[in-house]
Amino acid sequence: MVALVPIATLKDVTVKRRGKTILGPISHGLESAGFTIVLGPNGAGKTTLLNALHGVERLSDGSVTWTSPDHASYKDQAFVFQRPIMLRRTVRQNLAYPLQLLGHNKNEIETEVMDWVGRVGLNGVLDHFAPRLSGGEKQKLALARALIQKPKVLFLDEPCANLDGRSTREIETVLSEVNTAGTSVIMTTHDLGQARRLASDVVFLLNGQIHETGLAPHVFEAPKTPEAKAFFQGDIVE
Amino acid sequence: MNEIWAGLLAAFHLIVTLDGDLVEITLRSLQVSLSALVIASALALPFGTWLAIRRFRFRRATIATLNALMGLPPVVVGLIVYLLLSRSGPFGVLGLLFTPTAMIIAQVVIITPLIASITHQAMRELWAEYHDLLISLNTSNRQRVLTLIWDGRRALLTGALAGFGRAIGEVGAIMIVGGNIDNATRVLTTAIALETGKGNFALALGLGFVLIALALLVNFAIHALSRTERHSTW
Repeated sequence: MVALVPIATLKDVTVKRRGKTILGPISHGLESAGFTIVLGPNGAGKTTLLNALHGVERLSDGSVTWTSPDHASYKDQAFVFQRPIMLRRTVRQNLAYPLQLLGHNKNEIETEVMDWVGRVGLNGVLDHFAPRLSGGEKQKLALARALIQKPKVLFLDEPCANLDGRSTREIETVLSEVNTAGTSVIMTTHDLGQARRLASDVVFLLNGQIHETGLAPHVFEAPKTPEAKAFFQGDIVE
Repeated sequence: MNEIWAGLLAAFHLIVTLDGDLVEITLRSLQVSLSALVIASALALPFGTWLAIRRFRFRRATIATLNALMGLPPVVVGLIVYLLLSRSGPFGVLGLLFTPTAMIIAQVVIITPLIASITHQAMRELWAEYHDLLISLNTSNRQRVLTLIWDGRRALLTGALAGFGRAIGEVGAIMIVGGNIDNATRVLTTAIALETGKGNFALALGLGFVLIALALLVNFAIHALSRTERHSTW
């Protein structure tokens, strides 16, 4: 039986843009059982919550405190964006980049690059120019570039949006493997089927607030709030 | 029309016979302009990139000033550099006036804002593309600047070439600070001005064609060396 473990404390976390509150204020003890899926309708604040947790988004107010110091540092976290950002370099150079920043030597970098390029199935395009890859290949490269840093926490913002079934399956397989190996995953998705396949626990967001959280089977089978129930049934929730 | 043909013939004759004066003037033109380009690029590329990624209080004013400086009148730059380097000026003791070094200084002042401004424009777009990734990877400002310069090098080449074009074709400032001294500070543009003044239009045109050919040659050479067409990202 998986158990929820406190991972971060959000205190009055608020994000505003042009005077409009996008997220929060949220005061919440965030718990995870290893693979957290953040769900919610469009505009609920899923991406903003992930950005705020990772520190990419500047908070208008409040703070995020990670429970474990192992999770708090930037170098222990990695992020895969919904629209994969490709450096204007080859696949090999894209994969090597985070390790070069961390000061690894050439041999280590080459070994890691070859390992990860194989794990995500990009061997055939190793020396191709990354911005010219297909959508699925770009997302796999972005995932490998994040994982090559061996993060303790991996954030993913709708990593399989606009991907075909095969690419989605390949990415899900890699995510399951790294999660089993000990990397905490926090991921947003629109795909309820994917959420049910992967989630150990769920955070349901609505209108910039955390509406419901809990272990995946409990939340999916017996949601506490009518909004969450409606959302999981496929209804439109505002 | 006759003068243009005469100019073309003069240029052809000067090149084919490897005229000693032409070779010397051409090499000096290249030396001065390429030196100015290297120095200006070393200043302008990091500064333009830094300006693209940093937010500070007077950023907009700095960008507006930089853009305004692109239109600096070369004659005024020449005059200011002349006053600074003249015997009675603050740097008179260095004895740089009427030397190629003075001409390089003037050209650096003229082309640095141009290269920095083009760099800023190019790097602003690249920074918008890379922003989230480089923040997420916790890169330092130095790492961001280096990454952007490296990945945006093809766009930056455009800025550098624009700077070279302005430097090699510049006449007003280097005439003032260089003095157009034969065998010392005479370059293609000042030689053209001199020959035109003497009414020697054929030779002036000949030198002009050599200048144009030189500018084209350097552009093609830099494009070829940097293989800008690779990956079709130019």
